[in-house]
Amino acid sequence: MTPDELIAIFRASAGEPESGVLDGEAMDVSFGELGYDSIQLLEIAGGIERKLAIALPENIFAETRTLRELLLAIEAAAAAR
Amino acid sequence: MTESVVVTGLGIVAPTGLGVDRYWAATLSGRNGIRRVSRFDPSRYPVRLAGEITDFVPSAHLPSRLLPQTDRMTQLALVATDWAFADSGVEPGSMPSFDMGVVTASTSGGFDFGQHQLENLWSRGPAQVSAYHSFAWFYAVNTGQISIRNGMRGPGGVLVTEQAGGLDVVGQARRLARRGTPLVVTGGVDMPLCPWAWVAQLTSRRMTPCDDPAAAYLPFDVKASGFVPGEGGAILIVERAADARRRAARVYGEIAGYGATFDPAPSASAEPALRRAVEIALADAAVAPADVDAVFADGAGLGELDLIEAQAIASVFGPHRIPVTVPKTMTGRLYSGGAALDLATALLALRHQVVPPTINVTDQQSDCPIDLVIGQPRAAPLRCVVVLARGLGGFNAAVVLRTGRSAGK
Repeated sequence: MTPDELIAIFRASAGEPESGVLDGEAMDVSFGELGYDSIQLLEIAGGIERKLAIALPENIFAETRTLRELLLAIEAAAAAR
Repeated sequence: MTESVVVTGLGIVAPTGLGVDRYWAATLSGRNGIRRVSRFDPSRYPVRLAGEITDFVPSAHLPSRLLPQTDRMTQLALVATDWAFADSGVEPGSMPSFDMGVVTASTSGGFDFGQHQLENLWSRGPAQVSAYHSFAWFYAVNTGQISIRNGMRGPGGVLVTEQAGGLDVVGQARRLARRGTPLVVTGGVDMPLCPWAWVAQLTSRRMTPCDDPAAAYLPFDVKASGFVPGEGGAILIVERAADARRRAARVYGEIAGYGATFDPAPSASAEPALRRAVEIALADAAVAPADVDAVFADGAGLGELDLIEAQAIASVFGPHRIPVTVPKTMTGRLYSGGAALDLATALLALRHQVVPPTINVTDQQSDCPIDLVIGQPRAAPLRCVVVLARGLGGFNAAVVLRTGRSAGK
């Protein structure tokens, strides 16, 4: 998954963030700082799982704080499939 | 507790107009907002008409992050609340968060959102169900999203009394204000226009099968055959009169009286309880029937129910004694939005000194002895108006609205 694809899933599932803009620089801003709440992140996780037909670990958002970290975790989950 | 509580802001989302100005202009002109359903294909159902809001673009009014998580009814309610706040002159962020409460009415919750999630569940499996469904369908979600968007941490709640809800919440809002919450957002917005909500409504057997928008929903008419449903409603800003005076707010009117009753079981031989609700509201307002200038009727649009209402009005106020109107003939019955919109319309009538018309009714039942304002609006000196509402299942409610010395002016 590319950063742009991940950003597209964020945008489709939860719209633009409350603070900041969903661009390349947002890849290293924490979800909390962007203003995404826990249910929005749940919906985003569902969007990722549906798109890639993978299962993400339940605690994915305890383990990852930014889009870049999430991307790495997605790669790991896809490789482990 | 008899402290005066008033309405200082209105937000209207109606099939006949978005916003107070457009809605009021359409109402005075008698515009018919009822048409064939376009949100889904109604041809397979026995009921095919509705009052639809055709010009609402959610993305034009709300941030993109709210759109995936809200049913259309919530989108309408959030925007109506924004407009109500603007109308009242209150900036939500300027008040302490615990000083603002929200109590809205709901009837069907987020049926449209819920139907899509059921479709996902049945056709694609549980993993396809949106996480937002955890709240987006729920009756209290309008209250919840309004309170979150506007930072309102005061008392919050929802009342579900079908079409009486719009009055019951105003009674509750007044109670909350008197108990110490300076500002309460109230009213109701429903969006019952999707197949799932449609089949649920059909079970009431009170909707009209008529296909002619000009002849379908005819309260108090000999040809009455049921009602037409619609989407939308109104949000009202309610404050204590003393607070409204202190900030020199423009006041629409006072919530002078409120009464609610429940009908006896159909098997019982007791009288329907609508008349009692009116009497309770008048006593609460310390207003005599002779002091009331107009009645906004519930208007079920079915012969027996119309007769009960006409008899209740006539027995309290005298036959043909005061103007009676049903402006919801222009929008359809909006469920939790209906009585809220009636209240807003009545307040606009008080502001502009004109009773809006009842449209499409041409042949009034002779045993409904009421002075129905048919066709044209009627200018009249108005200082006190009664609004009635009845909900399926036996709910009755009445509110007395008043302008003048007690209304903070």
